[in-house]
Parts: sequence; structure tokens; C-alpha cells
Amino acid sequence: MGGIPLSKDPYNLIITGVGGQGNVMASRVLSNMLVRKGYYVTIGETFGASQRGGPVMSHIRVSAQSAWSPQIPRGRADIVVSLEPIEAIRILKSYGNPNVKVLTNTRPIHPVGVISGELDYPSVEAIKVSIRKLSSIVWFIDATEEAMKLGNPILGNIIMIGAVFGTGELPVGRETFKEVISESLSEDRLDINLKAFDMGASLIA
Amino acid sequence: MSYLTDNREDMQHLLMGNEAIARGALEAGVNVASGYPGTPSSEIIESLAKVAKERNLYVEWSANEKVAMEVAAAASFAKLRSLCAMKQVGVNVASDFLLHLGLCGTRGGMVLVTCDDPGALSSTNEGPSRHYAQMFEIPLLEPGDFQEAKDMTKWAFELSEAIKSVVMVRSVTRVSHASGNVRLGALAETERHAEFRYDGSPLSADEGPAESVPVGQKHRLQQEKLQMATQLFEESPFNTYQGPEKPELLIITASAGNLYTREAISLLGAEDRVGLLKLGTTWPLPSRLLKRYLAATDKIMFVEEVLPFLEENVKILAAEKAREVGVKTFYGKNEGTMPKTGELNPDIIVSALCKILKIDYLTIDPDYEQKLQMPPIAGVPERARTFCPGCPHRASFWSIHNALQMDNRRGFVCGDIGCYAMGRFPCGFNTTKTLHAMGSGAGLASGFGKLAQFGMNQPVLAVCGDSTFFHAAIPALVNAVHHNSNITLVVLDNSGTAMTGFQPHPGLTINAMGDEAQEIDITKVCEAIGAKVETRDPFDLEETQTTLNRLIEDGQGVKVLILRQECALSPEKKHTKQYDMQIDENLCLGEDCGCNRLCTRIFQCPGLVWDKEKNKARIDEVLCVGCGVCSLICPAGAIERKEVA
Repeated sequence: MGGIPLSKDPYNLIITGVGGQGNVMASRVLSNMLVRKGYYVTIGETFGASQRGGPVMSHIRVSAQSAWSPQIPRGRADIVVSLEPIEAIRILKSYGNPNVKVLTNTRPIHPVGVISGELDYPSVEAIKVSIRKLSSIVWFIDATEEAMKLGNPILGNIIMIGAVFGTGELPVGRETFKEVISESLSEDRLDINLKAFDMGASLIA
Repeated sequence: MSYLTDNREDMQHLLMGNEAIARGALEAGVNVASGYPGTPSSEIIESLAKVAKERNLYVEWSANEKVAMEVAAAASFAKLRSLCAMKQVGVNVASDFLLHLGLCGTRGGMVLVTCDDPGALSSTNEGPSRHYAQMFEIPLLEPGDFQEAKDMTKWAFELSEAIKSVVMVRSVTRVSHASGNVRLGALAETERHAEFRYDGSPLSADEGPAESVPVGQKHRLQQEKLQMATQLFEESPFNTYQGPEKPELLIITASAGNLYTREAISLLGAEDRVGLLKLGTTWPLPSRLLKRYLAATDKIMFVEEVLPFLEENVKILAAEKAREVGVKTFYGKNEGTMPKTGELNPDIIVSALCKILKIDYLTIDPDYEQKLQMPPIAGVPERARTFCPGCPHRASFWSIHNALQMDNRRGFVCGDIGCYAMGRFPCGFNTTKTLHAMGSGAGLASGFGKLAQFGMNQPVLAVCGDSTFFHAAIPALVNAVHHNSNITLVVLDNSGTAMTGFQPHPGLTINAMGDEAQEIDITKVCEAIGAKVETRDPFDLEETQTTLNRLIEDGQGVKVLILRQECALSPEKKHTKQYDMQIDENLCLGEDCGCNRLCTRIFQCPGLVWDKEKNKARIDEVLCVGCGVCSLICPAGAIERKEVA
């Protein structure tokens, strides 16, 4: 064990979004990439009942030295990767700090309380201002729109993984990505997933 | 290469706790595995089912947990190794058999895995299962990380065969559904021949009949087995200590508490002050080992989830050994340092340690905290749980709700366990009014339906899913028919155990291992019991509601309405669209329509949103799955559906 030293150890990453967006798959793929690079990785996931349209989050702890708990302590996230913009804010409220970095998809999924008119969904501008206030670096990307151009909105999660690579925050690359998804996907779906990964990486450049 | 079949030396995989448990069972050479699906336990049986053919296993999803445990015990009586897995409530269901199994003893190694859910992250309770081990006098192991989840499961089979008792391995959500690096061991390559021997004496461990009688002798024998377990636990590598020889504070923990405590000690830099005794063998307690650590300090803190199981048992031990270990100050649940409800996390332990050790620790920078109080950050809209777009339950509850409104006698629905438990939320139009155990909806309805003699004239309904029907609703239905209770049972049949991931159940033509299976027809079962049975498609709202109103008005006996429509997430249905949906903006009258935005304010499908600027409904093309139901509820006919070619 023991990958190359990280910028911080343990490095704390949270992947968040709404049930059905492929969060769990994204956290598994990314974590498997890190394990291949020789790191200890712990993933703590909330799914089960919360997959029915509720917020979903995966806590990923990466360390060159040892395994960490499946729950990141309050205020201790290093990067938040969010498939839905207000979910990024929700995570920052518990795990944010002045140094945290944020990578977020811009496409809203309206909670039922917003659909029914009881709650208000903030404007895109207000969301952007808020996340900037709460983070040291932020990347906004239109992952869902780009995924739809590739033919399937679910690819948004792979675009986000490509974007994580694009940020240079974690020592993971395209080759490792290919290795990991080759194990779980059939040959015919490999190509489109690699395209999505490349698309994500290019959105950060 | 799959972690289930990888036999290369010293390989590491990222495994979910449940996958690690499955791998441990394979390394132990498990032959038979059974269970009933339930979060967070389902992946154990699912994983073993995947390699059943390759590893020559027999794996089944049983009708309920009691049957699952009996199936696994049969294998043990025939000298095979067996595992049964369930969530915490399953142990309640199986407990009657477990009591007798404890007395009777086992032959081939038998392991019961129970996955508790502290904080009720995906349950309707956070009930404990560890107390069963104490109450029924069987050994209890609790993995403190992912590696241990594998290693301990493997060892549990050896322990079981060494003492001839079923062994309980208790996991929790944050072990079962979390993942970490696991170093694999070798897969077992032994063949076992199944034979049940019964000709020996009733007290013979391997040759006699498998019974809990004669109770007096069997009970004494059982207690001797526990003493043997205690001896083995004294030397177990699953009990570890980290910290100074004479710590200022000793923390005793187990399970996920181990991971949180290590993190908390590290966050506070308190490694030189705090000792961490992590127990993997939590019943019976290794008393000599504990005595040694209790003697090392005066202050003891317990870190465990929900009820104080370790705390109370260690305190009894400390009282018994007080003369040798001295008087202690205890910090735990009983004096209020630790919560008695909910799951733990590193922060709860940090704040407890800060108080006891008088340490200052800043969780969040005050300037940052202030920013969090500003709008819209502070008021970011909550995301309530809801039925998925295209979920048949939304349509079913829509019709049930409307039928009850139409009937206007304050009728109500007894709820049950499954996704449709959300019938109590706005997404189910707040339709269900009771929620308890599997099958309790039908049972409660059976009772409510007999209260007319005391003046109750409210219509009584119950709902249950197809898997729940087989698990526990049948006896309740028998009871209701036999006693002529006046109820309507609505079976929400979505063709699978949907909430936990589409595990097969007795109503389907396939079993856990992918083989063809004889399906049990719910309609015929209900008819044979003596109920009047009708079947409808819940997506046909009008027909469903008319039928419901007719059944509710029929004041005689038990009516069953089967609402059959596959789950929107089922592997067969996912990614297929029956309809293309569109809003005709000329027809949608917005807030001015007399419907009061029925489609979005009341129906609330996530695939149909409200465009505030346009003052019109809008289809979210990413989320909408094209079930077409919303087009049936718009009074202006503005929601159009077009059959996908």
C-alpha cells in the first residue's frame, strides 16, 4: 500500500446529488481508481430509503497511510463534487470550510416542496454567489446538458469523474478510469463512457 | 476479476462490508445461504447468489427470515456450513426459532448475520439485535472494520463448529453499506457431503435428533458452550488495544464505534492520553481481558450505538471485580455523556472527549459559520423523500385517496413495509395512517374491521406489497377472512422486492440463483383463503377508483384488490418509455385554472415541474419516464401523452 503522498492526508471528498443520478456508481468508480493507485479508501454511503428522490451523499476518505471512518467530521471536506447545485450548498452547510473546493453540475432538480410551491428554489445566480462565498475554488459545469448531447443524461456522473481528473486534485487518470470501468461495463458501452470522461476533463481546462 | 472468485494470493479489493461478509463465507466454504431482503443486509445473499453455480452453493431468498433461518439450520444439521442474513427486524421474526436453535445446538458451522440500522437510515425503527445473543445464550461477534467483516465471518464458522452453536455476527449500516480495502484470503476448496443423522442419543451433538429437549440438560450444555466461547475470546485477535499503558481515559468500543473513536482521538491529538479497547467478541465478554484493562485506569468511557449493551455488561463485570480493579468513573449512556438514540459519528465522540479531557476544539471557523446563516444558504430548500417518477404507488395512492374522499366516512389505510410506507407522506397524499412491522397493515385492518359493534363506521383498508404479502400478510388475511372482518386489502404488486433492489420472491418465476421457479399466484391464494379478489392496473385511474369505491361500499367481509404494475426502476422497465409527454401551453391555464395546480401542488411527480416565469407546468425531460398518468389528472387536458412508437 501507499500511493504517492496527497496534498492532505486523509483527503476528504464528498460526492452528492439526488437519488437516481448515479452517485453511488460515481463514488465506487472513483474510489476503485484510487485503490488501484495504492491508496486506502473508505466510502461511507447513504442510500437505501434515501434513493427515492432524496439527497444522496458518499463520503470518500483517501489516505496513503491508513483507513479512516466512513463519516467525515463536520467542517472537514476538502472537495465537494455535486451532481445538483443546491445539494452542494447543503453539503457545505455541514462539511464546508474556507479552504474547500467545489465542483458542481448546474442543472437543478426541483425538490417536491418546490414543485408544490411550498418552497423556493434559489436562482442560478444566487446559487453561484453562495457557493463562491463558501469555497476557495469552484468549477461550475453543465454536466447533464453535455451528457444529453452524448445521448443519455445518466452519463452526467461520468462527466463529473472526468472533471475531477481535470481539476488535478487527485492522482487519478484516464488509463485507470478505463481499467476500472472495463471491469464492470460491457465493451459496447466503454466508448461512450470514455467520451463522457474526456468531455468532463475538457470542461475544466 | 470479481472479488468473489479472485483466488490470487494477497489481493486487495475495495469491498462494501456486506461484500466482505460474503467473501468471508466463501473463504470458510459456506454451502448454503439464505435470507430475506432488507437494507442494509441484502448484498450478502445477492453476492453469494452470483457465484452459487460456480462455487456449488445453494442460495435462496426465503419467504421470510424465520424460514430463512430454518433453511440454514437444516443445512447445518446435515453437517454443511450455512449462513443466513437479515436486517435487525428479521431477527425478531426469526427469534422464536433462534431460541430453540440455541438450545438444540448446530453441527456444520452456522452463522447468523444481522445488520442493524442505528439512526434508522433505512428502517422504521432502530431496534437492537445484540440483546438476542445474550438472551438466547449464543456467541456474538461485531466487526470493527471492513477487513474484520471478512475475517470475522470466516472465523465465525470455525467457532460455530468448535462449540456446536449458531454464532451471531452483528454488523451495522456504516459497516455493511460502507466500503474499504480488504485483503483477500484463499477460497475454501473442501467438499462436504450432506447427511442428517438422528439415531444417536438426544444429547449427542452430531448423531441424535435435532431438538431443544430435554431442556434441563440441553440448557446446561448450552451454557457450557458459552464458557468455551469465553475462553476462545480471551485470546481473540479481534479484541485489540491501542494507547498508553496507563491511559487517563479508557474507551471501550465495538463495531462502527471503533472507526469513529479512532478518528476522534486523532482529530484531538489525544493519542497519549486515551486508550482504545476495541472488542470484536462482545458476548460473552472476555472477562480476564477486560479485568486487565479496567485495572489500568479509573475513567472508562463506552462508545456504542443506540442501547448500552457493552456498557451494562462491562459494568456488571466491574462490580463483580471491584475488589481487584478498583472503583471506576463511567462515561456512557446511563449518565448522559453519549446519546441512547441515533447513530454516532466522529463529532459526537470529539465533543464527549473535549468535556472529559477539557480540550478546546473548533469545529467550524466562526466567520464561515456566519456565512452559513445568510440567505439563500440558510434556507436552501429541503428535499423530501418521494416516489420516483413513474412509480405505480403514486397512482395507487391517488386512487385510494380519492376513493376515500368520495366515500366521505373518514376511512383510512393501514400501511406496511416497503417503498409504499411513504404513503404517509405528501407523495402518497398522506393516505396511510398506521405503520409497524411487515404484514401489520393487514393484521391491524383485521382488528379495525371488527369494531362495527362498538359503533365504528369508518371504512378500513390496508396495503401491502407483493413480497410483504408472502412474508407476513397471509396469516393476517386468513384471520380476517375467518373472522369475517370487513376490510379491503390492496396488494400493491410491482413484481419484485423493489425497495431493496428487485430480489425475487415466491410470486415470481425466477429464484435467487437465476433458475426457473414455480410462482405462487397471489390471486389464487387470496381466493383459496376465501376473499373476493379483483385485479386492476393502477395507471388506469378511473377504473381503479371506481372499483375501490365499489369494494369499500360492499360492507361484507374481506375484499382484495390487486393493483399490478411493474416498478419504474425494475430492470425490465427502466429506460423504456411508454409515452412521450408534452404540455400544451395554450391549454394550461396556470394559477388561474380552477384546478389549483392539481398536477404539481398535489400530484407532485418529480418529472413534472412548475415553470414560475411562464406560469405553466413543464415536463422535466431528464426525469420523466413517460408513464402517462399525469395526463389523466389535468382537468384542462393540457398534459398530452403520445404512445412511443
